[in-house]
Amino acid sequence: MDTKLRYGFRDARLVQAKIRQIQKLVTRPWAIMEICGGQTHAIKKFGLDQLLPPEIEFIHGPGCPVCVTSLELVDKALQIASLPNVIFTSYGDMLRVPGSKGDLFSVKANGGDVRVVYSPLDSLKIAQENPQKEVVFFAIGFETTAPANAMSVLQAEAMGIGNFSLLVSHVCVPPAMRAILGSPSNRVQGFLAAGHVCTVMGYWEYLPIAQEYRVPIVVTGFEPLDILEGVYRVVRQLEGGMHEVENAYSRLVTYEGNQAAQKVINQVFEVCDRKWRGIGMIPKSGWKLRDAYRKFDAEHRFDTQAIETQESPLCIAGLVLQGLKKPYECSAFGILCTPQNPLGATMVSSEGACAAYYLYSRNLESPETNHV
Amino acid sequence: MQPIICIHGILSLLKQTMSDDHQTVDFLGAYCPLPLTHSEQIVIGHGSGGRLTHDLIQRVFATHLNNPLLDQGDDGVVLPAIEPESEIVVSTDSHVISPIFFPGGDIGKLAVCGTVNDIAVMGARPLYLTAGFILEEGLQVEVLEYVVSSMAKAAEEAGVAIVAGDTKVVERGKGDGIFINTSGIGVRPRALQISGRNARVGDQIILSGPLGEHGVAVLQARGDLGFLSDLQSDVAPLNHLIAEALEAGVRGQENAIHAMRDPTRGGLATTLNEIARQSNVGIIIYEAAIPIQETVISVCEMLGFDPLYMANEGKCVFFVDPASTDRVMKAIQANKYGAQAAVIGQVVAEHPQKVLLKTTMGSTRLVDILSGELLPRIC
Repeated sequence: MDTKLRYGFRDARLVQAKIRQIQKLVTRPWAIMEICGGQTHAIKKFGLDQLLPPEIEFIHGPGCPVCVTSLELVDKALQIASLPNVIFTSYGDMLRVPGSKGDLFSVKANGGDVRVVYSPLDSLKIAQENPQKEVVFFAIGFETTAPANAMSVLQAEAMGIGNFSLLVSHVCVPPAMRAILGSPSNRVQGFLAAGHVCTVMGYWEYLPIAQEYRVPIVVTGFEPLDILEGVYRVVRQLEGGMHEVENAYSRLVTYEGNQAAQKVINQVFEVCDRKWRGIGMIPKSGWKLRDAYRKFDAEHRFDTQAIETQESPLCIAGLVLQGLKKPYECSAFGILCTPQNPLGATMVSSEGACAAYYLYSRNLESPETNHV
Repeated sequence: MQPIICIHGILSLLKQTMSDDHQTVDFLGAYCPLPLTHSEQIVIGHGSGGRLTHDLIQRVFATHLNNPLLDQGDDGVVLPAIEPESEIVVSTDSHVISPIFFPGGDIGKLAVCGTVNDIAVMGARPLYLTAGFILEEGLQVEVLEYVVSSMAKAAEEAGVAIVAGDTKVVERGKGDGIFINTSGIGVRPRALQISGRNARVGDQIILSGPLGEHGVAVLQARGDLGFLSDLQSDVAPLNHLIAEALEAGVRGQENAIHAMRDPTRGGLATTLNEIARQSNVGIIIYEAAIPIQETVISVCEMLGFDPLYMANEGKCVFFVDPASTDRVMKAIQANKYGAQAAVIGQVVAEHPQKVLLKTTMGSTRLVDILSGELLPRIC
């Protein structure tokens, strides 16, 4: 295996040493939320929750862009993608997300031109190559994907590409943290902030949250040692009765973040209220295209009909996304709801909490496996 | 080519003569415009069964694949009788890979190796293949020729003969250049019991080499990753390696190898899950023991893929009696396709039908089968 990964941030001895440090520190149960779904997957994939002392409980956060994209927008995507003159482009993860009726895979099977791309700039290229078609990119994601999406709009304008638009579903982390902390049922006592979001945005936004809600927030990366370092620092603060913002991902994150990226985001997007799937409307929690760039807004360009959404009555994704339930507490988990036949988006995405539990720890009941 | 005299030519000449009865016509002889030979591009006529088909067979297939059995030229091929103490193993596989060419191979090599390996992992010696081609109108004949010559090379290395074939042409837009189906026949001794149902508790699991090279090479060849490396697909015929392993595994009437499978689509994770279910046993593998190239790890990390699920086309997983593991391993490692083979895990009685992975960190996690398509992550 790659020496950097196996002997660096995944080094078994360093991992064990960090776990022992945490064991020494912890005196009582603590509930820590990792914001990002990428962190949830790393925790389950590397089995970090098994290695940590039982006092540490991970509450899995809403930081899975695929999962929180509202059903209305997924349904709009399905409508637009079904139009005859449209090439609908999206990150691969979105193709399997269930809308009220079907998903983008079924639109594709029924003749819709749906293509997986790795970047909005790939979509822009498709638009250039197909001037007679309308090319739409499903611009979902947190602050992490926003700079590239904003850049695609600026480039489309500079190059005079008129057949390109974004179906925007941008969401932002800090308002979601406030919503979780402000909820009467909140159990979260400390946060691992999402390292890649902070790479773009810095961590200045989190200072008032830490002060206001008296909650420690540690900017954390995605490798096993990164995550354990984040946990260690959160526990250290909790045990010491502190509530600061710390940066445990300093090899990528600075206080100010990526200024150039923030500038591009601000130029193209403005803050808006946004509906989160499974959670509901969170005020000022999203970004939409500014009026100056409205012509690149797919919602504006395509007259989508009134949409009546229908969630599966069994799915508890909303409670999972708020950290109120664990995936295995859902009656449909692993039985009616699987990655092959997902009832909710949290079972689809490579960052969804239900998918992480399903893939890495479903029915791991046999205790002797830990001694093999 | 000689001009062909046809009725149409004579009639048009007569008509011309009759309407111009006041003029003298220089009689040039009966003629007709020659049909194009279409020697550069596949046209619908190449699948008609007529002259164009015949030309294509002569130029491409007969040139590269000729052997006495294929040259029989009848509707079916007559094969010699199989030895009485043997059983026949048959397998078929369709290949629709895009792009047709990728680093380390092409659809032709893949089509031969895929079926050869499927027969070999059954413990059989592959002998004969058939090949069915579905060509898309507009395909360059040169491309087809390259693919067929590459099939010939792979078949030669594997020691199998391609003994029957078929070609159809579909309209442009209704195919993807070229699809190839290959079916194969192999023989194995009647006493040999090798099956995915036969993995036993205690068996050691040998993987013949590093994972994921075919999957990553093809992703790169599609050109949408935006980066390149020198990684090559591992596509290779494994029948000699497997025969050598089987020979090393002989123990009286029995063989120490209980099951074999090539982890193609769905990768190692899917193959191990299939065998755990078929044999109703548990499987434990050790992350630290699984050979994976650095490039494969890096690409997978970047895209959010897991090498355990990436496709391989030149790897085999062996379930071997622990008493004979060393001997079988030596035989595998002596073959050029098995130089990096490793024991990656074992079969256990606990957690039947489940595959668990011991991470380098000492935690344990479930390894599930691949669900649907591999999808790259967002951020």
